[in-house]
Amino acid sequence: MTQAQAPLLDMYRTMLTIRRFEEWCNYLFMQGRIPSTLHLYIGQEAVAVGVCAHLRRDDYVVSTHRPHGHAIAKGVSLRSIMAELHAKATGCCKGKGGSMHVGDMSVGMLPAIAIVGANIPVAAGLALAAKRLGTDRVAVAFFGDGAANEGAFHEGLNMAAIWDLPVVYVCENNFYGASTHVSKVFKIANIADRAAAYGMPGVVVDGMDVEAVYQAAGEAIARARRGEGPTLIECKTYRFVGHSRSDPRTYRSREEEAEWQARDPIPNTAQRLIALGLADEAALAHIEREVEAAIDDAVAFAESSPLPEPTDALKHVFYEA
Amino acid sequence: MALMTIAEALRQAIREEMRRDPRVFCIGEDIGIPGGWGGAFTVTLSLADEFGHERILDTPISELGFTGIAVGAAIGGLRPIVDVQYGDFLFLAMDQLVNEAAKMTYMSGGTVKVPLVMRAPVGATRRGAQHAQSLEAFFTHVPGLKVIAPSTAYDAKGLLKSAIRDDSPVIVFEHKLLYGSKGPRKEHGALDATGEVPDEEYLIPLGKGVIRREGRDVTIVGKLLTVYRALEAAERLAQEGIEAEVIDPRTLVPLDKELILESVRKTGRLVIVEEDNLTGGWAGDIAAIVAEEAFYWLDAPIKRVSAPDTPPPFAPVMEDFYVPSAERVVQAVKSLFQ
Repeated sequence: MTQAQAPLLDMYRTMLTIRRFEEWCNYLFMQGRIPSTLHLYIGQEAVAVGVCAHLRRDDYVVSTHRPHGHAIAKGVSLRSIMAELHAKATGCCKGKGGSMHVGDMSVGMLPAIAIVGANIPVAAGLALAAKRLGTDRVAVAFFGDGAANEGAFHEGLNMAAIWDLPVVYVCENNFYGASTHVSKVFKIANIADRAAAYGMPGVVVDGMDVEAVYQAAGEAIARARRGEGPTLIECKTYRFVGHSRSDPRTYRSREEEAEWQARDPIPNTAQRLIALGLADEAALAHIEREVEAAIDDAVAFAESSPLPEPTDALKHVFYEA
Repeated sequence: MALMTIAEALRQAIREEMRRDPRVFCIGEDIGIPGGWGGAFTVTLSLADEFGHERILDTPISELGFTGIAVGAAIGGLRPIVDVQYGDFLFLAMDQLVNEAAKMTYMSGGTVKVPLVMRAPVGATRRGAQHAQSLEAFFTHVPGLKVIAPSTAYDAKGLLKSAIRDDSPVIVFEHKLLYGSKGPRKEHGALDATGEVPDEEYLIPLGKGVIRREGRDVTIVGKLLTVYRALEAAERLAQEGIEAEVIDPRTLVPLDKELILESVRKTGRLVIVEEDNLTGGWAGDIAAIVAEEAFYWLDAPIKRVSAPDTPPPFAPVMEDFYVPSAERVVQAVKSLFQ
């Protein structure tokens, strides 16, 4: 695959959408217009976008407590995510999920699982169902470096491997589990090295380079779709913001942050689009305006939507057809 | 009609549902290994001969992992029946049961279903503290899980079939002394719960209890093994002129509350018998419901007959002391007439 084949302009637009969407979320949160906590994905957009660019609507994504980027990349509507963040009845989970559980199974995005590592076996189960039902759907689980030290990682990857399940495991190593640096909790340099222990391919990718992510994910997803089993992809990435809303990031240096920010996938992809002749400044400015307009629309929709009834809390404990 | 043990009735329920619906499959440890036991208590014995090893799926010893896989498979359109060899191992899978299986429908605003059945053997059976616990109260406490506890072969088949067809996660507690497992898996001290099971198809709806014995003087509520302890106590009490009504709720969530309340309104007395520890147990919940909703019909305090607040002991003399006996039930009932 040559790099020119990657749908770079579309990926740029989606990365920009995630970035601007979350900047708006942060702003609305600071203003007190949305409740809850927020785990922002800012800095890691190339991972969600490079992977999801290969997925069909009926493929599955199972995400984490930091799911906005995955949800947008998988095609959950901006309106329904923004309404969920506003705790409105029109949210993608009808106000029962919130920031950490956004999802919409009509586009293959399971409401996100905010227990670290718990999505790893669940994704294997979705892959098992896809295989047993005779489809060529694949499942992707995104998770952080921290999840790779959960027992669920070990159990899930092992079973995915022994049964050749069509699942791709994407570890977004942003170097910090909350405030704890990976060097304190891993004896190895690359989490992907663990793949060998399960008998599956392990790949290390520059998670700040959307084309590199796209290429690695393409191979893994095609392999899964062919029935050849799972892959563990480790994307080295960085969250430019704190772990959650109240994190002043005093456990890391501003110099380290500046080094990573120089690798920001969004301006870097913009430059690359221009260098490749795929867009000019005017085209990029146009995309920026369209993205802003889509987010304005989502915020307006969310703000004008009704709240759930308090007693809606009593509904949906059990499934009703 | 056929005479069946509970293990056979459960196996027949699984067989019928797997024939009826290709999405149904079993997943767990040692459930289909050729030359193996068919799970720890023979329930899945020989099913792999008919359905193959894709649908009787043997797993590594990874309870958290295969429960999570079952959750994902259920969301993805299959209907897994998960087997843990001993209920005590459910603690290894708690995150998937409590945080994922039980909450996914709710968190999704009612759009995602998790039709999963988890089968778990319970009860103290000469195995010491970690293969013996009664776990029902841990799970009746979790919104989003249904819980069934069949004590007869007829109920075991009809309830399990309903559980498999249910679109919410259902935990099935099975008592090791009631299975009627044969051969090398026969249990010391087992009760004979063999019973008649119709040849024609039937379902028992979740949430409907039964009166095992009618009586006018006192209501005794039991589940699983303690239904039989209660029935034995009732026979002895009858010889002394006390007619006990014995209720088996069969389903713990949703609970047939009305059946219990109606009985207490008739008898004016209530004893709840269970093998779980006293504190925070299911018996306390039943007592609270009756105290709140039928207090003015009570002629005596409510009594709980439970295991003491200790782990299940190993030594048979201590275990026999730990598990509620018919004699303890008799004494509890008599104390209400003094």
